[in-house]
Amino acid sequence: MLHILILAGAIGCAIEAMRAKRLLISALWLAGTSALVAVLIYLLGAPEIAVIELSVGAGLVTVLFVFAINIAGEEVLDTHSIVPKPVAWVLVGLSLLLLGWLNLPQLDLPLPVQLGDPFSNVLWEQRGLDVIVQIVLIFTGVLGVMGLLATPKQSDPHPEA
Amino acid sequence: MIISSSSVILIGILGLLGVGFYGLLATRNLIKVIVALQILVKAVLLAIILAGNLRGQVNLSQSLALTVIVADTIVAVIGLALAVQIRRYIGTLDVHSLSNLRR
Repeated sequence: MLHILILAGAIGCAIEAMRAKRLLISALWLAGTSALVAVLIYLLGAPEIAVIELSVGAGLVTVLFVFAINIAGEEVLDTHSIVPKPVAWVLVGLSLLLLGWLNLPQLDLPLPVQLGDPFSNVLWEQRGLDVIVQIVLIFTGVLGVMGLLATPKQSDPHPEA
Repeated sequence: MIISSSSVILIGILGLLGVGFYGLLATRNLIKVIVALQILVKAVLLAIILAGNLRGQVNLSQSLALTVIVADTIVAVIGLALAVQIRRYIGTLDVHSLSNLRR
């Protein structure tokens, strides 16, 4: 029952994030979705990732969104979407039907339950390449922040003859 | 018919995926496109943790989810940086106005 409530809340927040006219409100609804997803992840028995999702997904990303919206400014676009909305609904419905048809029957199959290694062992010993990729990604993120902060070059007021 | 807890969560994941897909298709604002992408990644994150829970390998799924969170954050940062620069140089966040690379 708790799972259903949290999921309904997360989906409601996601819908509001898409429906909101103002970008700042949309970013705040996204933070709500992240927080509820983090609670659900905690209930599924993954507390480490729940904490990281709560701090990064609901905290850092929201701050980045607010920062970027402050720089770029609000822009309400009331124009029609590029893909017509009925076509979008059909595409979404078809993809969800396909995903549900492929995945829902798999849940009832008896799977061999294995005893997992501790999180630190898995992360540092079995998934070492992932850690290296994460370090590279973080450096890329630093470049992205520099792109966020970059200002356009001012034209030279005293051009050389 | 009794629906198991994992089926309920999977249906919720499909719901989140649907909202994200629809947002990607129907939105024209660049920053909202990134919001839709974030919603999609939240659904994927939940799916990874659910799969790990069902297989009894929560720690492996946690380590995969950590990589997804890092990649997702970097995608958001770079996407927002691009959106800010596009707004600066083109003057709008409308995706439709990006059909020309040269101005």
